[in-house]
Amino acid sequence: MKARIHVTLKNGVLDPQGKAVEHALGSLGFDGVEDVRQGKYIEINLSETDPAKAETQARDMCEKLLANTVIENYSVEIA
Amino acid sequence: MKAAVIVFPGSNCDRDLQVSLRIATGNEPLMVWHGDSSFDDVDLIAVPGGFSYGDYLRAGAMAAKSPVMREIIARANKGVPVLGICNGFQILTESGLLPGALMRNAALKYICKDIHLRVETNDTAFTRGYATGDVLRIPIAHHDGNYFADPDTLDELEQENRVAFRYTNAQGEQSADANPNGSQHHIAGILNKNRNVLGMMPHPERLADAALGGEDGKRMFEGLVRAIA
Amino acid sequence: MSEITADVIASHGFTDAEYAKVLEIMGREPNMTELGIFSVMWSEHCSYKSSKKWLKTLPTEAPWVICGPGENAGIIDIGDGQAAVFKMESHNHPSYIEPYQGAATGVGGILRDVFTMGARPVANLNALRFGSTDHPKTRHLVSGVVAGVGGYGNCVGVPTVGGECEFHASYNGNILVNAMTVGVADQDKIFYSAATGAGNPIVYVGSKTGRDGIHGATMASVEFSDDSEAKRPTVQVGDPFTEKLLIEACLELMQTDCIIGIQDMGAAGLTSSSFEMASKGGVGVELDLDKIPQREADMTAYEMMLSESQERMLMVLRPGTEARAEAIFKKWELDFSVCGELTDSGHMVLRHKGEIVADLPIDPLALASPEYDRPWVPTAKPPALDMASSPAPDDLMATLLAMMGSPALASKRWIWEQYDHMVMGDTLGHGRPGGDAALVRVHGSKKALAMTSDCTPRYCYADPVEGGRQAVAESWRNITATGATPLAITDNMNFGNPEKPEIMGQFVGCCQGISEACIALDYPVVSGNVSLYNETNGQGIHPTPTIGGVGLIEDAARSVGIGLTADDQDIVLIGESRGHLGCSLYLELIENRTDGAPPPVDLAAERKTGDFVRAQILAREISCCHDLSDGGLLVGLTEMALAGQRGVRIALPELSMPLHAWAFGEDQGRYLVATNDAPALLASAQSQGVDAVLIGKSGGSDIQISGVGTLPVDTIRQAHENWMPAYMA
Repeated sequence: MKARIHVTLKNGVLDPQGKAVEHALGSLGFDGVEDVRQGKYIEINLSETDPAKAETQARDMCEKLLANTVIENYSVEIA
Repeated sequence: MKAAVIVFPGSNCDRDLQVSLRIATGNEPLMVWHGDSSFDDVDLIAVPGGFSYGDYLRAGAMAAKSPVMREIIARANKGVPVLGICNGFQILTESGLLPGALMRNAALKYICKDIHLRVETNDTAFTRGYATGDVLRIPIAHHDGNYFADPDTLDELEQENRVAFRYTNAQGEQSADANPNGSQHHIAGILNKNRNVLGMMPHPERLADAALGGEDGKRMFEGLVRAIA
Repeated sequence: MSEITADVIASHGFTDAEYAKVLEIMGREPNMTELGIFSVMWSEHCSYKSSKKWLKTLPTEAPWVICGPGENAGIIDIGDGQAAVFKMESHNHPSYIEPYQGAATGVGGILRDVFTMGARPVANLNALRFGSTDHPKTRHLVSGVVAGVGGYGNCVGVPTVGGECEFHASYNGNILVNAMTVGVADQDKIFYSAATGAGNPIVYVGSKTGRDGIHGATMASVEFSDDSEAKRPTVQVGDPFTEKLLIEACLELMQTDCIIGIQDMGAAGLTSSSFEMASKGGVGVELDLDKIPQREADMTAYEMMLSESQERMLMVLRPGTEARAEAIFKKWELDFSVCGELTDSGHMVLRHKGEIVADLPIDPLALASPEYDRPWVPTAKPPALDMASSPAPDDLMATLLAMMGSPALASKRWIWEQYDHMVMGDTLGHGRPGGDAALVRVHGSKKALAMTSDCTPRYCYADPVEGGRQAVAESWRNITATGATPLAITDNMNFGNPEKPEIMGQFVGCCQGISEACIALDYPVVSGNVSLYNETNGQGIHPTPTIGGVGLIEDAARSVGIGLTADDQDIVLIGESRGHLGCSLYLELIENRTDGAPPPVDLAAERKTGDFVRAQILAREISCCHDLSDGGLLVGLTEMALAGQRGVRIALPELSMPLHAWAFGEDQGRYLVATNDAPALLASAQSQGVDAVLIGKSGGSDIQISGVGTLPVDTIRQAHENWMPAYMA
């Protein structure tokens, strides 16, 4: 199974990289860009075949390493 | 007094810290490889700067999960002083020994320069060499030193007098200009509840020798040795 | 395997004569893998075919030279059984295509050249040249290159202590990224690349091999498989973390007696490293490509041999030491694979999936690489500037302010504060970036190395011979100004298309000038690199022979910086002033013209003046010192005031030239110094036939020139410090 994991900064945590991207998009002439948040995308191939178990495993990985839950949220998608 | 310096793959200030501790303690520090889950009893554990595991994923994240960290956490909880500088500070927050997180600098760039710090408390072995209110000149060299914690944690740090150093100008005044990385409350270094764990972004080991341009950092190591010995 | 057609041959860059030579050496038609190997070995980059003839004329010897050009880096004796190992190398084209990775991998490559020889890298420098500041690509390139240099150097933990940064329209389509590394080794632990001993194991260490940087033109014209997307040539990506591990693992292994020969895989990766090792050692090689650690599936022999994946090394070990070596690399979590052995066949034989996929004679291929005597025409000497055509500026102080805030002279702090210039704990306080030469203590000793990178391309363009002399002289002068003795240089020759006689003439002229200056100053060339074809739409860059210099001071405590250290010190100008404004920055910035001849370098006077200044520094008669170069006297003086955070009061001497020529003339061989005892200094100078004149005193907070004007140092500082952050914002 493939785990697709998105790690993003929590709301309320200032995201200076997102801000910079927002500014750059504005100066390139993209109007209406309001809130850019930058995050990470991680893909993991798992030998687990049960989707529920794979998701539990991936979430555990996020809690223990892939995300810093002081500042980051994560979401897991199993396919 | 015997100190240990922890070496992770990618640590690069380990030798600098070794030199400063050798001079301050008069003993050769024990260099501990990250894969070692046990090492001799020491009076101080120092986690150096650098780019452990390349700072890949997040600065300090992977080092914080290495075998040696379990041992360091156990010893810190028993009261052994633990000092984390720069990447060491990032590792200590990632490991949970210190609260909060170090985020990308507000200006997004790596920055290496001398900055000024105000000593906020000398009520810990780490800052015994200074008086509260002293202003020090010490270099920073980091990409991710922007201290973040939630409001409750910040209140707790302030109320318990656990902010050890704050970024200021040469006169000891806080200002946005004198905050090099956007840290909340201008925080440059913090203590744990028991005051035996200090994490700081600036590098005292880099200005501990007059030939290198200053000695403000040397007083930290000297004070630490006096306090522990 | 694809057929060898005329197109395939041409796309591999062979001339008809070269391909005929290939057929003669092989005695048959080569297969694709063999053709690819010939192609990279005979490329300009690896064979130096256009430049060899002239490089051979450079002086490379001195009693303190341990190893001159031809190895991975040059080596000089720095006493106490230690050696300095250094080289500068270009990564121009990759940095233009992908500035971050191009610059980063440039730093990685030059670091490997140095630690391959057994030296711990102790400092990096970089000479950067970008297009005009109003060119639309410049900001993006500056930002990416600086981040790349920093991203790599900061992570490996080697301080980036110096360099240069210049903007000029001639680099609009071809930026220059020249990276230099200086390392320190014990003389009895120096490693060379020669492989000896048939039967000895060949070992591959470091990162895995992928399809990075495989020659674009070749890939575009050769069909390898159906899956073209996956096989598209990719930009090389640097991994500084792996490089750091590789440094530590190699240096640890070098403490043992396991290694016979070692070579990093740079340009043309596995091909050039294995050929060089075998050719130098006079042996044959058999490689089993199935043993090469691979990052991607289904790589062909051609791809593996031509890959430019980073952070890889090839070693020949003493038989029986494999396990010991492997344990060290496993500890550092690096790939380690015995991938072949030396033979006495004189051939390189490659096996892949049980078949022999290439069989090439080593020496004919490595030693018979083409060497051209390309036609060249000398650059016409420009006429000297007619001084009557250069009117005095209305306001000298306003002119100074404008110059100090110009891109050419403005502070480059924005750049070097993104580089960790202090890690390793040996960068001296007054030897940090921004001075004449960086000063880095030899760890655990009183000694320090002084290092610098220099070139004035506008001089080289106007007069390549004089420009070549000046680049070397300025390097020598920058090192002298710290109190150190200049020992040797590395030259990074960046030029346009050598097939044009006028460009080749620039190359020949610069070589001649460099040669003359090296001989006169006892300052030999010990390593170097050539980058040609820096042209876009037929427009070549200014000839840019970047000189990386290294010097030594026995007692670092006696070295000085450029900043004024105290008030009320006498400021003395040493060296002769004639007010030479031809090709000066003043003309370019203020009068918007670039004509005239560059300032001549009187090499005998250069040496006499420099030796005098150095002796005075070592005798502690001088508290700070700055050599005069771009912008001349008044700019140099202002830089000393800025660095020392104090003013100066100048009493204008009797002038035999226009005031602005005195202020901004770029006469060579000059230094400004501060001293507590000007009479004594002037007397010693006079007794040794060195020109010296007292021009003023330190103190106050202004640049004050009697009868001319006053400008607060803080006002200049604002203009000087603000330009680059504002430009990059």
